[in-house]
Amino acid sequence: MTSTALSPDRPATSRRPVRSGRPLTRVSGLGLGVAMMWFSLLVLIPLAAVVVTASAGGWSTFWQAVTNEQTAAAIELTVGTAFAVTLVNIVMGTMIAWVLVRDRFFGKRALEILIDIPFALPTIVAGLVLLSLYGRNSPLGVDIANTRPAVFLAFLFVTLPFVVRTVQPVLAELERDVEEAAMSLGASRFTVFRRIILPSLTPAIAAGAALSFARGVSEYGSLVLLSGNLPMKTEVTSVRILSSIENDNLDSAAAVATILLVISFAVIVLLDVIQRRMVRRG
Amino acid sequence: MSIEIVNVSKRFGDFVALDNVSVSIPSGQLTALLGPSGGGKSTLLRIIAGLETADSGRIEIEGVDATKLSPQKRNVGFVFQHYAAFKHLSVARNVAFGLEIRKRPKDEIRERVHELLNLVHLSQFADRLPSQLSGGQRQRMALARALAVQPTVLLLDEPFGALDAKVRKELRDWLRRLHDEVHVTTVFVTHDQEEALEVADEIVVINEGRVEQIGSPDELYDSPANDFVMRFLGPVTELGDRLVRPHDLQLLTGGGEPDAVPGRITRITRVGFEIRVVVAVGEQLVTVTLTRNEFLSLDLQVGSEVQVRVAPEVAATVGQPRLLGAV
Repeated sequence: MTSTALSPDRPATSRRPVRSGRPLTRVSGLGLGVAMMWFSLLVLIPLAAVVVTASAGGWSTFWQAVTNEQTAAAIELTVGTAFAVTLVNIVMGTMIAWVLVRDRFFGKRALEILIDIPFALPTIVAGLVLLSLYGRNSPLGVDIANTRPAVFLAFLFVTLPFVVRTVQPVLAELERDVEEAAMSLGASRFTVFRRIILPSLTPAIAAGAALSFARGVSEYGSLVLLSGNLPMKTEVTSVRILSSIENDNLDSAAAVATILLVISFAVIVLLDVIQRRMVRRG
Repeated sequence: MSIEIVNVSKRFGDFVALDNVSVSIPSGQLTALLGPSGGGKSTLLRIIAGLETADSGRIEIEGVDATKLSPQKRNVGFVFQHYAAFKHLSVARNVAFGLEIRKRPKDEIRERVHELLNLVHLSQFADRLPSQLSGGQRQRMALARALAVQPTVLLLDEPFGALDAKVRKELRDWLRRLHDEVHVTTVFVTHDQEEALEVADEIVVINEGRVEQIGSPDELYDSPANDFVMRFLGPVTELGDRLVRPHDLQLLTGGGEPDAVPGRITRITRVGFEIRVVVAVGEQLVTVTLTRNEFLSLDLQVGSEVQVRVAPEVAATVGQPRLLGAV
């Protein structure tokens, strides 16, 4: 093959973004300024305020608030349940997205719309629905009122759309000939999914998982009715924060809020790292 | 015969993609499936690969009945128009994919990938991602990936269709040379008659789900089986009721030969080395192409009176039914 006179290969230019030293134009400078101000007003300043309030009482007050038995139980329940729910969503959400994109069936359009209901519904309405279905007088004979499964169920309900909605468009964009290429190279359907499709979906799944986790941690309305908010048993952090505020204990509320902030941030970073790893490994 | 296609039909809803097609594709050769878009040639290729199933008919690959085999079991290499690169894997791992699936030992894989990347001139890009390659490089990677598993047949679906004209021509030459070296039975789909004529040992012309003609490039060009093949393989013009190629016509300025008809030049266009002269013969506009030298020696101008005839040596060799019928 050395005889072929193919034009010499120029090294293709690397597409990696290069940090450019180019000064901003007036318009893009203005855009950046507005974006930063907006972001600061809405997000950075309030978050900083929470952290400042939490640290106002000093380290010992902070530590005391967080290690308070009842608070610690609430944090553990919330974070643990949000984790579990996120895991379930990763599997179920991907599957639902798959069905919506790849299969044709009667009522598909209706299902498309229904998927968003948990997201669009006011959460307290969701709470009411859950209460009437799984509460004391459950028509289904399933009574999980005032138990931990109630928290789990409420989280599941409100976080359902996230993974579905992030995965769906990516799955729809996947080129079928890539899968066909893998098949003609001998890959079974499962191998095609694991080695070709899944790596392409991982970023979308991770994004959906992060949203679902964050939503779970912050959930209030949908579980407040069904879970009963029993201290040490079914009380979640959002409820705990509210009761701290009602008892005029702002420092403690801010301390718990800060912990939640840190955990949420850590989870988002972790998911991003995992996602990058997965994609690279293929 | 390496690939035997027997009475294959395929419909998509009301659309008949293939209508009782039978073709034998010889071993070790480079065969082109040529035809207009939507004529069924890609469908036929996909049926050979098992990516599509025929409604009826039979496919045999190297003597094995493959009609019911899954694509995984056909041992066929397939190259797609839009590369179908595994975007998250490096070039080397793209090529290694089929071998990894077959659970070959690591050393063997490494060696084979190295060998193939040399073959397609991509060794220095082994660790790049496909997105960092040009279109032509990506298609060469796809070819190496398909060849890695030592397929019985190599199938290419419009392999150069997404590339620009220059790269396409380059890769065309290169595919021909690659085939002369590797000798794997190769079938490629194209709608570009020039590509088919230049690269293929044998051409199967497919139109509206049927095979119009099978033959070598020379046979098809010189003795097309019907008007469609004649029109599809190159430029044509009509003189009287005969269908001829513009370069098979002669212009005479002198006295009347018995087989020539008089006309007047209405238009002269120069395209590079070729001059297109449009001659009005009665109501009919006949296109004649001349080389630059022929044109200059005749001293032609718009409005010149000329005689037009089919070059005598051509009239004798082209066995075109319509032509013969008209004489």
